[in-house]
Amino acid sequence: MAKLEAKVPSGPLADKWRRHKTEIKLVNPANKRKYEIIVVGAGLAGSAAAASLAELGYKVRCFVFHDSPRRAHSIAAQGGINAAKNYQNDGDSVHRLFYDTIKGGDYRAREANVHRLAEVSVNIIDQCAAQGVPFAREYDGLLANRSFGGAQVSRTFYARGQTGQQLLLGAYSALSRMVGAGGVELHTDSEMLDLVVVNGHAKGIIVRDLVTGVIRRHNADAVILATGGYGNVFNLSTYARGSNATAIWRAYKRGACFGNPCYTQIHPTCIPVSGDYQSKLTLMSESLRNDGRIWVPKKKENRLKKPTDIPEADRDYYLERIYPSFGNLCPRDVASRAAKRMCDEGRGVGESGLGVYLDFSDAIKRLGESGVRERYGNLFDIYHEITAESAYQTPMRIFPAVHYTMGGLWVDYNLMSNLPGLFVLGEANFSDHGANRLGASALMQGLADGYFVIPYTVSDYLAGQKPGSRPSIDNAEFAQAEENVTAMTKRLLSINGKEPVSHFHKRLGRIMWEFCGMARTKPGLELALQQIPALREEFWRNVKVPGSAATLNQSLEQAGRVADFLELGELMCRDALTREESCGGHFREEHQYEDGECKRDDEKFGHVAAWEYQGEDVAPLRNTEPLNYEFTKMSVRSYK
Amino acid sequence: MVSERSSKEFFAVTLRVWRQAGPSASGRFVDYPATNVSPDMSFLELLDVVNDGLTVKDEEPIAFAHDCREGICGTCSCTINGKPHGPGHGIATCQLYMRSFKDGDTIIVEPFRARAFPLVKDLVTDRSAFDRIQQAGGFISVRTGAAPDANSIPVPKDDADLAMDAATCIGCGACVAACKNASAMLFVAAKVSHLGLMPQGQPERDKRVLAMVQAMDEAGFGNCTNQYECSAVCPKLITHDFIARMNRDYVKALFKAKFKPVSSASGGAG
Ligand code: SF4
Ligand code: FES
Repeated sequence: MAKLEAKVPSGPLADKWRRHKTEIKLVNPANKRKYEIIVVGAGLAGSAAAASLAELGYKVRCFVFHDSPRRAHSIAAQGGINAAKNYQNDGDSVHRLFYDTIKGGDYRAREANVHRLAEVSVNIIDQCAAQGVPFAREYDGLLANRSFGGAQVSRTFYARGQTGQQLLLGAYSALSRMVGAGGVELHTDSEMLDLVVVNGHAKGIIVRDLVTGVIRRHNADAVILATGGYGNVFNLSTYARGSNATAIWRAYKRGACFGNPCYTQIHPTCIPVSGDYQSKLTLMSESLRNDGRIWVPKKKENRLKKPTDIPEADRDYYLERIYPSFGNLCPRDVASRAAKRMCDEGRGVGESGLGVYLDFSDAIKRLGESGVRERYGNLFDIYHEITAESAYQTPMRIFPAVHYTMGGLWVDYNLMSNLPGLFVLGEANFSDHGANRLGASALMQGLADGYFVIPYTVSDYLAGQKPGSRPSIDNAEFAQAEENVTAMTKRLLSINGKEPVSHFHKRLGRIMWEFCGMARTKPGLELALQQIPALREEFWRNVKVPGSAATLNQSLEQAGRVADFLELGELMCRDALTREESCGGHFREEHQYEDGECKRDDEKFGHVAAWEYQGEDVAPLRNTEPLNYEFTKMSVRSYK
Repeated sequence: MVSERSSKEFFAVTLRVWRQAGPSASGRFVDYPATNVSPDMSFLELLDVVNDGLTVKDEEPIAFAHDCREGICGTCSCTINGKPHGPGHGIATCQLYMRSFKDGDTIIVEPFRARAFPLVKDLVTDRSAFDRIQQAGGFISVRTGAAPDANSIPVPKDDADLAMDAATCIGCGACVAACKNASAMLFVAAKVSHLGLMPQGQPERDKRVLAMVQAMDEAGFGNCTNQYECSAVCPKLITHDFIARMNRDYVKALFKAKFKPVSSASGGAG
């Protein structure tokens, strides 16, 4: 059984991080260059970590499967980044951001981590502004803010609708600087396919060069995974096509516990699916909810009618009706489930019946078309490109889609997994968002972990490792891991079945969406737990992976990732089935209040579930880390 | 334009695709007929469908670069009917929808061709030269944790907005592929202008432009002869005015460098 020690420092909440920083073990500056650190992934968390650690003097090697670190999917985040700067003087504070995040996560996050996140949020904005990130400005030249995703204060910083892009390019520039200076050795087109564990410590990785197919061993004193989330287990999502769980999944199979895999976020404002060929769902930033009003027809029979022909009296602005104080700005999970309920009642719009309207006609009356264009023009353009409809003339159709995974590898307060030497940052870990993430908090967490947490906490581990003691790549564990990777590659290429990889990915996605999506039930999850292993068995018997292992082979890459999803999907369902409560993004139909809200069971489930791998076809072990709420009271999360 | 066609009307096209097994292999066009094309399908989704068809026929699928499929990561990179990113305006390949084509069309699909972007396979090229240019100077040197309060340096809104216009570059390389000289001027100018417009970027302004231009030349990109094919295909519609801005910065920096010790003009990461 894994040892899960959260290692939360003692003392008052607001002092924990400061105290911890002064008490943490340090590595002597002259010794830093004797330590090698591997960073896998170069999104916000990975780039920020690689750059910051190299600045401190560590030798860093950074691996990305993309052709450039600038392609990581952090780049697609639209809305913004939260920080408790209180520049607007509207009553924001570190404590308020902390409290909002804890409540938003439905009391399933670790208090001390969340407080630290809120504390360092202010440093992030300083850092990014100094890097030249072109944040939106007011006419006085100071930074602009907006309210976002269910917050009642204006604490979101943004760069048009491309905040993720600008923050990532900032982190990428910091990383590029350190690559140029020789502090980081960058490996692009390089996919991590196994973790090497020596004497219980993570000491290296096995990497496939995606262009040449060459498989190499890399050793280090510590390994950092910042490889993002696993939402592509659903096949259709707002993730990039290449986003995958392979790095964290293979680390799981080497002993790292997986925390709360069933916590996934379904984003309420995405463009609905149009056909079977669909590869990707596009998000419409939820900033649109600041001015757009969401509705469906009151009567089923109106659902195919032209929306502009439906009179006001026949429209149900259901979010405003059900949640009068938050209205269209209620949190993502709440808004998504409400949309599902409307569609389940048969009032969904569009051909498929899986859609609701997001209507700007009031905003256009108030601000004029040009006013709306100024705020949301690029989003309206995207909508038009994809649907060929103009949202200036007719309401947008939107539907929820998988957007983020709050679960991930379990980490302690230092962001170290239960495998010593393995650190996990950003979306890849489970740590800060509990059961639901608030808007504009993902960028904040990625950068907090990368710039302001890991540079301190990694030394706590390294100080205990003798410089130069990392095992050689000739070690048996490295040979075994490489063998493992080569064998899997060979096996995938030799099946020579009848169906392409996408066939299995689509089928898995349908099972996951149906049974482990917005609403989950015991019988549904039990069915999924039969269907997924059967599908996996079929995959390994009937998948067709053409080409060779010695060149660029995108089918092979995809096959490996889908093979992992076929295992991870099962773990998610298992976790969802075991968690007999509803909380945040995890909604079990059996556990709800009469009005359809989440019914938590703090007594039985006020803990983190950290799953531990036990071997192929053996049920994993469910470890728990109790969540001790010392400073906030776990209460019913209401947005009414 | 808004299409009147209902999503039910399927049509057929032929994809004429550049196939090349590797950098040293010889390449050729191969025709792939595609039926059941929906106007609501994206161009890359059509490639997915064609690839699945090839796979089950035991042929190797077409390698093509893509990731976000929402026009922001800069990975996708096809020249379609002779134009980088295809017939649309201000979009990347992944944002092109089949409603831009009609029944019976033959669509010619090639990689981004440029000396500094060696071919990897089929439609995939190696654009790492862009990273090397960034590593030479595409940054503001600020150590993590050493930043002053963000509002201590106000930035005039117009400057911030203009910097943002330049900063929207997605690093796709279409500008290079469109240029008959395969010049990277628009890409470099966008980065130089973004950082040069921000007050935070002033201390390294001269050094940056010199270093980035030098890295660009070393990577084998051609010279700019002011044809402006680049901004015409740029998915972010980055204007060539930034090239003029960079040229001014460059001349000024060169001039100033003459009156300084040589080492300070040598660029490099610092
Ligand atoms: S300037 Fe435009 S075309 Fe060139 S790399 Fe940037 S986004 Fe692409
Ligand atoms: S795939 Fe990302 S820009 Fe086209």
